[in-house]
Parts: sequence; structure tokens; C-alpha cells
Amino acid sequence: MAPPDHRRPFKRPTISDQQRRRELSLLRQAQHRLDAQHRARCLASTVLSLEAPGPGPGPGPEPEPEPEPVPELELASESEHHVEEGGGGDSRSPSKEFDVRQASKLRGAEARKWFARQLMLPEWMIDVPDRLPQDWYVFARPAGKRCFVVSADGITVSRLRNGSVLHRFPSALPGGSRTRDVSGSAQSYSILDCIFHELDQTYYVIDMLCWRGYSLYDCTAEFRFFWLNSKLVESGACDPPSQNHGYRFNAVPVYNCDENGLHAAYTGAVTYIKDGLLFYNKQAHYQAGNTPLALVWKDEKCSQYVIDTDSNGNVPRLQQVVLELQDDLKLITSDDPPVVFGSLDNDIVQKVQFAYNSTNISFLVSVTWCVHSHIHT
Amino acid sequence: MAMEVTQILLNAQSIDGSVRKHAEDNLKQFQEQNLPGFFLSLAGELANEEKPAESRKLAGLILKNALDAKEQHRKYELVQRWLALDAAVKAQIKNCLIKTLSSPSHDARSTASQVIAKLAGIELPQKEWPELIGTLLTNIQQLPAHTKQATLETLGYICEEVSPEAVEQNHVNQILTAVVQGMNSSEANNDVRLAATRALYNALGFAQANFSNDMERDYIMRVVCEATLSPEVKIRQAAFECLVAISSTYYEKLAPYIHDIFNITAKAVKEDEEPVALQAIEFWSSICDEEIDILEEYGSDFTGDSEVPCFYFIKQALPVLIPLLLETLLKQEEDQDQDEGAWNIAMAGGTCLGLVARTVGDDIVPLVMPFIELNITKPDWRQREAATYAFGSILEGPSPEKLVPLVNVALNFMLSALMKDPSNHVKDTTAWTLGRMFEFLHGSMLETPIITPANCQQIVTVLLQSMKDVPNVAEKACGALYFLAQGYEDMGPSPSPLTPFFQDILQALYAVTRREDAGESRLRTAAYETLNEVVRCSTDDTSPMVMQLVPHIMMELHQTLEAQKLSTDEREKQNELQGLLCGCLQVIIQKLGSSEATKYVFLQYADQMMGLFLRVFSCRSATAHEEAMLAIGALAYATGSGFEKYMSEFYRYLEMGLQNFEDYQVCAITVGVVGDLCRALEDNILPYCDGIMTQLLKDLSSNQLHRSVKPPIFSCFGDIALAIGENFEKYLIYAMPMLQSAAELSAHTSGADDDMTEYTNSLRNGILEAYSGIFQGFKGSPKTQLLMPYAPHILQFLDSLYMEKEMDDVVTKTAIGVLGDLADTLGSNAGPLIQQSISSKDFLNECLSSDDHMIKESAEWAKLAISRAISI
Repeated sequence: MAPPDHRRPFKRPTISDQQRRRELSLLRQAQHRLDAQHRARCLASTVLSLEAPGPGPGPGPEPEPEPEPVPELELASESEHHVEEGGGGDSRSPSKEFDVRQASKLRGAEARKWFARQLMLPEWMIDVPDRLPQDWYVFARPAGKRCFVVSADGITVSRLRNGSVLHRFPSALPGGSRTRDVSGSAQSYSILDCIFHELDQTYYVIDMLCWRGYSLYDCTAEFRFFWLNSKLVESGACDPPSQNHGYRFNAVPVYNCDENGLHAAYTGAVTYIKDGLLFYNKQAHYQAGNTPLALVWKDEKCSQYVIDTDSNGNVPRLQQVVLELQDDLKLITSDDPPVVFGSLDNDIVQKVQFAYNSTNISFLVSVTWCVHSHIHT
Repeated sequence: MAMEVTQILLNAQSIDGSVRKHAEDNLKQFQEQNLPGFFLSLAGELANEEKPAESRKLAGLILKNALDAKEQHRKYELVQRWLALDAAVKAQIKNCLIKTLSSPSHDARSTASQVIAKLAGIELPQKEWPELIGTLLTNIQQLPAHTKQATLETLGYICEEVSPEAVEQNHVNQILTAVVQGMNSSEANNDVRLAATRALYNALGFAQANFSNDMERDYIMRVVCEATLSPEVKIRQAAFECLVAISSTYYEKLAPYIHDIFNITAKAVKEDEEPVALQAIEFWSSICDEEIDILEEYGSDFTGDSEVPCFYFIKQALPVLIPLLLETLLKQEEDQDQDEGAWNIAMAGGTCLGLVARTVGDDIVPLVMPFIELNITKPDWRQREAATYAFGSILEGPSPEKLVPLVNVALNFMLSALMKDPSNHVKDTTAWTLGRMFEFLHGSMLETPIITPANCQQIVTVLLQSMKDVPNVAEKACGALYFLAQGYEDMGPSPSPLTPFFQDILQALYAVTRREDAGESRLRTAAYETLNEVVRCSTDDTSPMVMQLVPHIMMELHQTLEAQKLSTDEREKQNELQGLLCGCLQVIIQKLGSSEATKYVFLQYADQMMGLFLRVFSCRSATAHEEAMLAIGALAYATGSGFEKYMSEFYRYLEMGLQNFEDYQVCAITVGVVGDLCRALEDNILPYCDGIMTQLLKDLSSNQLHRSVKPPIFSCFGDIALAIGENFEKYLIYAMPMLQSAAELSAHTSGADDDMTEYTNSLRNGILEAYSGIFQGFKGSPKTQLLMPYAPHILQFLDSLYMEKEMDDVVTKTAIGVLGDLADTLGSNAGPLIQQSISSKDFLNECLSSDDHMIKESAEWAKLAISRAISI
């Protein structure tokens, strides 16, 4: 006697493996389609954000050619390149963590181009924000190379501000090494905003963007710092380096921006060399590019990089800056976004072109420099 | 017009093939040349009492088959053909049919009933044949018994054939009155009573209004319950079938009767003949189904006001229901484990017990444990088997907190029973129970593991040993190993607790596939399925062992392809084996091809493997074809651009797959593989695109192709466009109108049932994925302008989707992404259009604040692209 149509004999398997194979294949195909789509969109947003800055020449109906890559700066001392004017209104945030995951699969020039645009950059602090003591955090910024650290698929990669790879190593961060992850999830990954401090070979974590696949982009700084402080230590990332953990990570002490906090950040002893103070608005979300909701202060007391020094630590008479000459003869800094200093007249350009026999000039100008920003060659 | 057809109809049933063939040709010719004459002749033959029973019956069946077909398109043609006939002809045919209902020949009456129901199915929805029900019911109480029986049977078939909306309430009332009177115990004729009871089964769906009326419902329920006590077993069985149907259709009306029904069913389960007892158990299984659904809805919906309230019938019946069901478990049949189709009281009772466990959860445990403890060590195998079966049945439903301590105690006992129990039945059920433990209580989700480093080795050893037992026990042991492996699948990177035993497991499974008797009890299939699952959960440190398996599996496949001169039966088995081997290779490709560490070594086998798959295509078996196609898709993705070298040879099989309307699964899989190829070859797929696109467009225009294949075909357009970019240009004039008309059709879902809504959403998703791929493919090309003319319609489509509010999350996500892709590719040219659309405002804003992570992501992308398009 046969069972009713919808009643499967109980001791038979619930699902055939053939059906499972079919479903898994469909799932795999859907995932790959999604990846391809994301990739198409992600590359698009790279181009978008590269084109974004400045008024520039009005774009015609033709699609714009990709701009020349920004000249890569070999950063001798890796402090920030900031300008007083700040980033203007460019607060769009194309970077979401799916882009980052996707981008972590990018290689070479594409990857560099992409990662060069993902960090949140503070503006110079030129006045005191309202409600500073209530709404802001302060901490001493470690001196070193600012970088983006992505741990995923069993490897940890750090990339400098220009997008080039600094280190590639196993770490105790989620998904950061091929050892078995206690969380059990293969999807586990994290994205940190760090400064690599040469002296003690440590990554100081100054912000957390994703943790165990959980995005913190849309969380307030208050929550991100809370999460950073509670999660980083328990992951084992703060342990000393070992075979499966290439570099030690550390959180920086963050204070409320009241008098005590300011004092502690400004004068307090830390395990690293200080390079200015960073101020973060507690309510601000993480966003790529310059933002007035993060501010930086440097003076002689809290940063050795406030002005240039030579290899002996002496301050040279002249401070140097490299400016880039645009096609329209404007001179701009390599800051992001660039600051326009002025224009050269045609005469000089022709003379120089003649001298170097080149149409593509990076123009070196020595000027006497007395602003509290410096740029290295 | 009518013609003498008796002899032809008799010849058509001749044992002589050539005579039969000749007669069939004659009939076909007659039908083609003169349809009205053909129908009239058949109806006349059926109605003529002087004709032989055989020719009458066949005449009726041919007539019936000329009115209906399974395939939708054909069915529509037949219906139209009937409706177009001359009214007088139709009337004459109907008269013949009605007249036949009073024939003394049972076969003639019964055949006429079925034909009348088919005609009613065509005509009543068209508001034709309005007098039918009245004619049938006139004087029904005065009719002779045989005519009354045929009339009731006809009413039952009509209810099965016609949807309730097509019959007016007045007629429904008359039908129900006649049917319930026919069922009444006062009806002396058993044939009439049986026909009436079976008719009620079909008429229940019409009785909404009557079940809402207390008096009418009470009366119907009383008559049904009385019929369950009829001395005639067929009537009792039919009456219980009515109760089962009532339990699902009118669950919310059952409360006043449930106590009586329990008593009736309990008596039937204990004492009645098997067909009746099975229906009585089915009643409770069906109540479980209802309550599981309702409680699931409670769980997912925090407002708690689900449409149907749960009456907790099962929870209330628990103390009496459980002993009743446990009792059935002791009524096993000797050979039930060897017989795949077996179904008996013990199996139905166990199934119901499992459903009860899922319905009530923890409450079942204390009621079942004493039975298990009492019987599990008894000398009679029936008692040990029943106790084990009871334990296995309750492992899904109750909480892990409740079950884990019990399983921890039972596990050792079960392992030793699987080795030492003298009864194959007990071992079979023991292995199955172990599988259930691993399926529901083992995995990374659970806090307290039942499998620990301390007992893992023992478990694996016992299962591998048991895989050498008789086929039905070995099959269950494979199943247990399947779930054991599955529990470790999402454990993340190595090392897995299975690593130390991995080699042994692979070898043991491979050995099972090669057993002489692996054809019995689907043992070979189970072994390959388990092998697949073990491969899926392999890790970096065990993948070299999987790699070693590859040449063996390829060799097996090679051997199946070499086999010559097989009988039909052997060929069928060979094809099945090819399917299993291709399936296994597919899983291995996916596993080893997805990790950089193993991919390159593995791909050394690619040439050989591809050669084998191509040979599989030349064996004509849909299953093997499908598996090989899936494997090739995985291989294409793993090889990437390197797959190009296989394309010239593979292409014709790809085309064959896309043309396979009949086995639509093969067609659907092939469409998916085209997507894999697009992503692997990128613009190197271009030379094949003309052929592929032609085939896909043909598929879309076909009425024969199963509708489920159409959404993936649209998605595939997107895959192709993304791969070949602006080269998609030449297909735009064909693809875009198709997308557009499909979009118009799918924009509205109002009034559709769940299945239709689900299909519509998958269709929308396919259309949107096509648009997405096309826009992204054209991006940055000077030819983007070619897409401009389509933009207004696409935006309109998005707007109408938004207005309709019937999108699921997946469609929402894809739709808002298309908005971004459109803005991204068309840029400022589409700015004004975008700004006019509702999608760019309300829809986008809703998505931006969505809780769904994926929707929000896509919306942010769209916002970015739009802001750029309109800022320039």
C-alpha cells in the first residue's frame, strides 16, 4: 500500500543530494552573478570617486577618460598631508564594505587606485567646535604610516594611503589567518583603520570599519570605539607576534574631550611617538575622504612632524613642497583634495619644457614655507 | 453525420498489433476529417445498449481524451475546439451522455460520468449548460439505485473538475443535500452510499457556506461520522478520507467534534482493517500539519493575530494519542525495510509520532521515554525496533536542552546495537536514528556537542563497519555519516575533527559504491551522496585525499562509457551510475576548484574530464545529461578563460541542452551554464553568442517550454551583455521588446495565488537582472545612446513595481540596483527622466531606510549614481 501523495515514508531521506547539487549550483551561479555585478559597479564607483574632486574642466557628453593616476608618493615620514581649506562638500561615501570585500580581490593598479580613496581624512583644526567637551573624543595620534588593514579569506593585508601594499601577513583578526577561526564562520572578515608605528612594529588601530563581517560604517564613532575596545583584545590581535600573527595590534587610549581628557591626550605618556591630536565627533559615521567631523591638531609639543627636519633633526631654513602642474597651468598640492596655489604663466612653462624636452612635467618649485603643513618629495 | 464505429473500436483493442494500428489510424483520420461526426458517433456508441461493453467504454474514453490534455497549451486548444462546435451537435452529445447514466452497464455509466464532468469543466465556467445540475438532480430520490449511484458519481467528478466559483450557491446546496442524503445510514444500497461518500470528498471544497452554518455543519459531520461505522469497509475508508479532507479544509470548525472524532479514529486504529486504520492515523497527521503551519506563523509574526487560531488539539489529545501511536509501532511487517514502497500501520504511526513531536515539542518526551525504556532491551525484535523507532521519531521538535542529555545516554547503546543486534530491522532503524541525532543535534549551531573528541573515533568506526552490513542497513549507515559530515561543514578552516579519519571514510565509501549488491536499497546512490557531502566538508589538510579520488571516479565513468551492447534495463542502470559519477565530479570540481591551493593541481585533470563529459552527452539520458552539464558549469568557472579551448567541441551540446524543451530541467541547467561560460570567457564568448541568443529567444517564444525556465533566461541575457559589453548591440532589437512585454505582464500580481506571486517575482527578478547586465555592459561605451529609447519604459516598470507593493526583498534589491545602473550608464542624458520617476524619490528613500542590508546597499549605490547623473 502506498502512502498518501504528500506523506513521504519517514525513514527516507528528506532531500535528494541531486536536488541539493542543483540548488548549490544555482546558489553558486547567483553568487557569481552578484560578484560580477558588484565588480562592475565597484569599478564604476572607483572611477566616480577619482573624478570627483574639484570643479575642473566641465565634463562633456563623452565619457571622461580616466584621469592620470596620482603620482605615487614615497612617504619618507608618513604623517598626513593636510590643508586648511578642507575637503569642501565632498562628503559622498562610495565605500561600503561590499566594495571593500570586492576590492580586496582587485590586483595591482586597480587595487591601489581603489584603496587610495577609502580612508577618512581629518581636517585641520582651525577653530574650536561647539560643545567640544560633550560631543568630541580626543586621542594622541601615533606617528607612522596610516593604512587600511583588511583581514579576509585567511590573510591580512595592509595598504598605505596611496593604495600600495605595506604588509601581507597572517593575524589573529577575524579571517586574518588560515588557522581555525573560533567564530567558525568562513565569512568572517574585518577592516581596520590603523597607523603602523615603525619603532615597535605595531599597528595602532584608530578606527574600526567592519568586524567579523559586521559593518560599522553606519555606526557612530562612539559605538565604533566602544566596539573596537571590547573586540580587539578578545580576538588575540593585541598579543605579541607569533607564527600565525605577524604583527601586534593595539588600541589607542581615547578620551572625552573635556579638560582632563585633553590634558591626558596632550601630555600623557603613551607607548608610541605622538604625532598630533585627533578629534572625532562622537555622532559621526565613517566616511571616505575629508570630513569636518574629524579634526587634527599639531604643535611642537605634541608632534615632531609639525615642520620638516633633516636627518639630524635640524629644521632647515627653507621648507620644501612639491606641486603638480596641471594642463591649465594651475599649480596644485598632492593633498586630497588638492589645493590650488596659483598659476604659472606660459613663458615659464615653455622654458621648462624646452629645458627638459618633455610634455609631461612634474614641476618642482621651491618656496619659502611657513604654514603648518609640509609635503615631502 | 454519425458513423458505425463499433468494429473499429473493437479492432483498436485487438491483440494483433497491425490490426490495432490500422484501427487507430482510421479513428485518427475520422477525427481529422469530420470532428462533429466523430464525436456524435462516439457518444452514440456509448449510449447504445445493444453494443458490446468494450466498444462502448473505449468510445467514452476517446471522447473524454479529446476534451482534455495535461499540457496547458494543448488543453486550451481542445477546449476551444469543443466550444466552437455547432450547438445542436453539442446538445445531442450531452443527451447521449445523460441517457447513459441510467444504463444497466456499470462501465458505460461510469465512463459517461467522467465525460460529463469534463464537459462541465469546459462549459460551466463559460456559463453554458446551466440546466446540467438541475437535470441531474431532478427526482434523484425516485431514481433506481444504479442510476442514483451514477448520478452521485457524476456530481463528485463535476466537483473535482470545476472550481467552486463556477457553481452557484443554490446548486451547491442542492448537490450537498443529494450527496448527504445518499450517505445517510438510511440509504440501503451500499453502492449508492459509497458513491455519495466519495462525491462528498470532492464536494467539500464547495461547502464553505454550509460549513459556516452550525446546523448544516452539524448534520454533515454527523453523517460523515456515521459512515465511518458502516459495515462496508470501502464506505468506512471513504468516510475517513472525508474526515482527513475536512481536517485540513475546515480545521477551525473542528472543535465541537474533535472528542468524538478521537474516539472514532482510536477505535479504527486499534481494530479496523489496514486501509481504514491508515486513514484514521492520517487524520491526526493532517491535524499536525495544520497546527505546525499555524504555530510557525505565530512564531514569525509578532502581532500574533494570524488568520486561523490554533486550537492545540494535538496538545490536548497528547495523553491518549501517544499511547495509541506507540501501539502501532509494534505492528511492523517482516520485510518493510527491503521494500521501498512499503507503507503500513507501523510506518504511518511513526510518521504521525514524528509530526506530533514537531507540533508539541518538549511535551512529547516524558510520554515516550517510558515506552522506549520498557522495550529497548526486550528479546522480541519488534519491541526493540519499535522503541528505537520511537526515539528516532521524536528527535525533531523538542529542544536540544531536553534531548541532548537523553542522546548522550543513548548514543553508546545505539552504537553497540548497530554492531551487535541480531535483527536487521533493529539495525536499520538504529542507523536511521543515529542519522537523525546527527541531523538535528550536531553542528556548529549547537552549544553542547553530542560528538566530542572522545567519542568521534568510535562513531566513525561503527558507521564504517556498518557500511559493510546488508544493503538496507549499510544505506542507513551512509545516511548517518552524511549528517555527521554535514554538521562539520560550516566549521570554517581546518583542521576538522574528521581529519584523522578522512582517508578511511573516503575509502570505505568508495568501497561501498563498488559492492556487488549496491543496486539494492538505493545503497549505491546513498554512498555517492555521502561521498559528496564528505568532499564538501573537506578542508585544506584533507583536500589532497580528495584529489587522489579524482582519477578513480574518472576511471569509473570511463568504464560506464565503454560498456557495449546493454539491455534496456542495464542501460538504464548505467545511465543512473553516470549521473551519480558526474554528480560526484561536479562536487569535487566545485570544492577543489574554489581554493587557490588546490585549483591548479586539480585543473591538470580538466582535459580528460571534459572529454568524459562530452561522451556522456552522447548517451541519451536526461539525468546524466543534467549532471554532466552542471559539472561543466562548475569546471568552466574554475578554469576561467582557459575554458575557451573546449568551446568548439562543447558548443553543440550546449545548443542541444538549450533546445531540450521536454526535460526542462536540462534546459534550465544549460541556461545557468551559459551564465558560467559568460563569466569564465568574458568577451571570448562572442563567437558563440549568435547561436546562444537565437536559441534563448526561441525558448522564450515557445509555449512548450516549462515556464520556470523563463526567468533564468532573462537573467542570462544580463550575463551575456555583461560579458560582451557593447557587442550586445545587435541583440537589443530582439531582447528589449521581449523584456518589455514580459515586464508589462509581470508588473501586476493582483488576485494571483501564492505560487503565481512567487513565479511573478522570479520573472521580475530575471527581467531586472537582464536590464542590470545590459546597462553595466554598455557602460563607458560610445554606444550607450542606443539604450536611451528604452529608459522611459524601464523607469515606468520600476515605478509600477513600486506602486504595486507586491515585490519581495530580492526584487526590491534588484530593482533599485537597476535604477542605479541606468543612471550610471546613461548619465546626465537620463537626468530629467530619472528625476520625473517616483522610483528615484519615494522608492529610493524607502530602500535607503530599509532594514535589509542588501537593499540598503543597492539603494546607496543608486543614490550615488543618480546624484552624479543629475549633478552634471
